Amino acid sequence: MIRLRLAVALAGVFCASLAVAQATDPRRSGYLEMGPALQKMQDDDTANPAMLFVQAGAATWAEKVGTAGKSCADCHGDAAVSMRGVAARYPAVTPPLDRPVDLGRRINLCRTTHQQAPALEAEGNDLLALSAFVTLQSRGLPIAPPEDSKLAAMQAQGADLYKRRQGQLNLSCASCHDDNAGRKLAGATIPQAHPTGYPIYRLEWQALGSLKRRLRNCLVGMRAEPWEEGAAEYLALEAYLMDRARGMPLDAPGVRP
Amino acid sequence: MANVLVNAPKTAKKGDTVEIKALIMHPMETGFRPGANGRIIPRNIVEEFSATWNGREVFRMKMSPAIAANPFVSFFTAATESGTIVLRWSGDEGFVAEHRIAITVT
Repeated sequence: MIRLRLAVALAGVFCASLAVAQATDPRRSGYLEMGPALQKMQDDDTANPAMLFVQAGAATWAEKVGTAGKSCADCHGDAAVSMRGVAARYPAVTPPLDRPVDLGRRINLCRTTHQQAPALEAEGNDLLALSAFVTLQSRGLPIAPPEDSKLAAMQAQGADLYKRRQGQLNLSCASCHDDNAGRKLAGATIPQAHPTGYPIYRLEWQALGSLKRRLRNCLVGMRAEPWEEGAAEYLALEAYLMDRARGMPLDAPGVRP
Repeated sequence: MANVLVNAPKTAKKGDTVEIKALIMHPMETGFRPGANGRIIPRNIVEEFSATWNGREVFRMKMSPAIAANPFVSFFTAATESGTIVLRWSGDEGFVAEHRIAITVT
């Protein structure tokens, strides 16, 4: 009984310190920068339009495809158990490849190797929907990129890209998201660029979109040439941003203005 | 079948006001935008949304091309009797979707 009380007390102290850590963490997710109306929209699973895609992703999860005739569920079982925390780790090094890949690529690897099915179109609705369904299973969990030398190299490359000035406006990611975060760019609050909600339903897009799409948006905004599709730069930046947001809770699938 | 998300109470007291919220996946293509090939993408919208409570119409709205993709509709109605609320969307290219809600009124 005393032990139990001690355990409860310790758990209480732990939770309180976690709350303090969150309260003192200067990092703010894009969710916190939104108005209360949009926050409510995201929090209500019957009002968040991304949940429509999650619904479609859940159907894809259970669908038998390819010459192997297997569904995701045939190998992975209940996604709520097997996919818990997965999206919080990616990009990560994954077999059979020896280099980091993002979640979408990981899903397509499963499709081509285990299901013997054609890969889903990169950033197409089907892949985004399945990614959203997988990411939902990590909602509320802290972002936790694995410790890995290959991933660390990629994160370092991403950190360089983040600070590198480019484009006609001669801006770097850091010029807005570090130096001017919280201030206004026209009517919009500049967020700190923590990728906690991807894939996001962006109201401006009227669609679900990936972090890559967001990065392309930013690149065009700073009048730089977006990297070509599948370029290593996107993955490097994504790896760096996830590391930068380490420990922040995932709130995916998010709604953003 | 289209993807639909509906938020409605399962039970209500007779005479109470109930809120029904419905979200449906639909591109709501305006018919004014050129596609990648420069040609106008034909209009493809939900034209009408209606709700019937045990066959009696309680809500109807016309939609226009200015409404965003994946339209979200919320409306209030008075709880009258137990039964089924049928939500129905219809639009261009023969689009029809239905969703049934069972509700108990006490």
